[in-house]
Amino acid sequence: MSTKSPGSGLIPFFAANLSVRNRSAVIWRGLFQLSTVIGMVTLALLLYTVINKSFGLVAINNKVNPETLAVNGVPLEQLDKDTLVNILQNNVSKGKFRQLEREMPMAERTRDEVYALVIDTVVQPKDIVGTWTLVESLTRRNAIIAQVHDEHPDATVSFRSWLNPNFINSPQSSDPLAAGVRTAVLGSLLTILTTILVAFPIGVGAAIYLEEYAEDNWLNRLLQTNITNLAGVPSIIYGMLGLAIFVRGMEPITSGALLGGADPTTANGRTILSAGLTLALLVLPILIINGQEAIRAVPSSLRQASYGLGATKWQTIWHHVLPSALSGILTGTILAVSRAIGETAPLVVVGAATFITFDPSGPFSKFTTLPIQIYQWTSRPQNEFRNIAAAAILVLLIMLLTLNAVAIFLRNRFQRN
Amino acid sequence: MPSTAAQLAIQAKNLNVFYGAFKAVKNVNLPIERKKVTAIIGPSGCGKSTVLRSFNRMNELVPSAHIEGEILFNGQNIYASDVDPVEVRRRIGMVFQKPNPFPKTIYENVAWGARLNGFRGGVGRPNMDEWVEQCLLKAALWDEVKDKLHQSGLSLSGGQQQRLCIARAIAVQPEIILMDEPASALDPIATLKIEDLMHELAQEYTIIVVTHNMQQAARVSDFTAFFTMDEDRSGILVEFGPTTQIFTTPTDDRTEGYITGRFG
Repeated sequence: MSTKSPGSGLIPFFAANLSVRNRSAVIWRGLFQLSTVIGMVTLALLLYTVINKSFGLVAINNKVNPETLAVNGVPLEQLDKDTLVNILQNNVSKGKFRQLEREMPMAERTRDEVYALVIDTVVQPKDIVGTWTLVESLTRRNAIIAQVHDEHPDATVSFRSWLNPNFINSPQSSDPLAAGVRTAVLGSLLTILTTILVAFPIGVGAAIYLEEYAEDNWLNRLLQTNITNLAGVPSIIYGMLGLAIFVRGMEPITSGALLGGADPTTANGRTILSAGLTLALLVLPILIINGQEAIRAVPSSLRQASYGLGATKWQTIWHHVLPSALSGILTGTILAVSRAIGETAPLVVVGAATFITFDPSGPFSKFTTLPIQIYQWTSRPQNEFRNIAAAAILVLLIMLLTLNAVAIFLRNRFQRN
Repeated sequence: MPSTAAQLAIQAKNLNVFYGAFKAVKNVNLPIERKKVTAIIGPSGCGKSTVLRSFNRMNELVPSAHIEGEILFNGQNIYASDVDPVEVRRRIGMVFQKPNPFPKTIYENVAWGARLNGFRGGVGRPNMDEWVEQCLLKAALWDEVKDKLHQSGLSLSGGQQQRLCIARAIAVQPEIILMDEPASALDPIATLKIEDLMHELAQEYTIIVVTHNMQQAARVSDFTAFFTMDEDRSGILVEFGPTTQIFTTPTDDRTEGYITGRFG
């Protein structure tokens, strides 16, 4: 097709530049596409790295080779309960066996529980001699097994998913095979719950005030500018603020001493409450700014219609402005909460525990969170902690996606009404 | 033609409206007769809507706006310090240029304002369902929506939405209905329906309508006020009188120029 404009022969006012304009359109389109591709490649790389580390072969040196425990040629994993109890009795000290009996008599334990006990106390698969990534495990499986056999004749090689039910359900441990994220997950959830409970009402309230009530004077303009700037303050600064105000300044409250709920294990201000309040401070400017945007986007015709019927300002806000702005407010809340879940730096300052083996019991508990746990594991010298860090990252991602899915579901329900 | 005070529903006296330092409307005296349709016409930017919005204190929603002078509603100045604008707006309702139903059901659109203002049904009075039906009947919309009262008001056509807005306005029992170019966003057939409706409603309500459409003013109104801009770009009232007189024997050259299409 000709790119000449139809009238060019008659009115020579316009250059025949259509092909140039089309070409630049194509170039721009390509650039935008490239940005999307870069983003997706980065995301794919992240997922690849994490998944690659979360699964793979692992070589474990046992204290006792399970093959030597076979009775009459029947391998350990196929033995019945009585035989297993016998093995247990023969291989642990009398005191240890009595202690196990006191915890729960052997007669009351199931066969699988006794088997787990044998593996735990007799075989003792403690010493990891090597781990391999998923890709290595799939491509060089035989070479790896041969290599392990040469270097560690007693070690057994098996495929291990570092992300497993046990990992999610176990507390922190110095043994990477036993360590889990339950404490950290509960800590993260309780902290973020505190954050939402505090930040959401305050953020929405401030947004309503600034948009609907505040007059346009120098004080409110100053306030507005400051809130915008606060959204850009590095999170560690909020951590220091939280340390000064919540952990130290408000210690009687945040430790629970004033309310009579102090956790005997802490009795200081380094609690879930302090962490949640600190993260609430951190996300508050984001929530306020976003809430204002959402409220501003409500068409003024809706407000006028409401006022025109004799509605008061509050009735207008409650019945029309807020319902219309809600989906926008929730979108911003999802983003802000996602950011808060991943925050590490301020919690380090506020005093998250790096090693903690019991679950948080309430707002006044000592705590750790998933990002802290991940950070702590990645900074250990042993290789296998990198594997559980990767598995913990997967847990964090799954947790984030689940929370967001719930929030988006809620938002869409509000939107439909 | 001179009206007694008792016949007047509302009256602007020496009304000046300012937006910041700018005087948008200058010294307007406008008596509005009860249960009649009064049209306000004039070129763009002459302050027609500003005057209309002064009648139910909607101008106050613009932070920089303030007024001087009085607007007497049943003899009482609605800008007096002891008058609550919320009550003024219930008794002087408004229909806007662009149909703006709430994003709620048709039923709720009508019921919300009534419920808000403490609507009480009961013996000798309609209950809410009956009241919604009555209002929709008065707005000539009932037959079209009676089977879909619980669908969104936004699912209606533009003309239906505007009639829903009228039903919503009369549901709070106003005495006066202000209409700000109510048909300018509608097609000719929907416009005709709105005009017919205005005639019907004038039996019960006082109507003040701002319009750009002179034929519409001639068709629907009993009285016409012609506004224009003076040299400071402030709106002024040039001429006010019965519609037939304004359109046949205007006394002012500017009115004649405007209605014959020589200007504006």
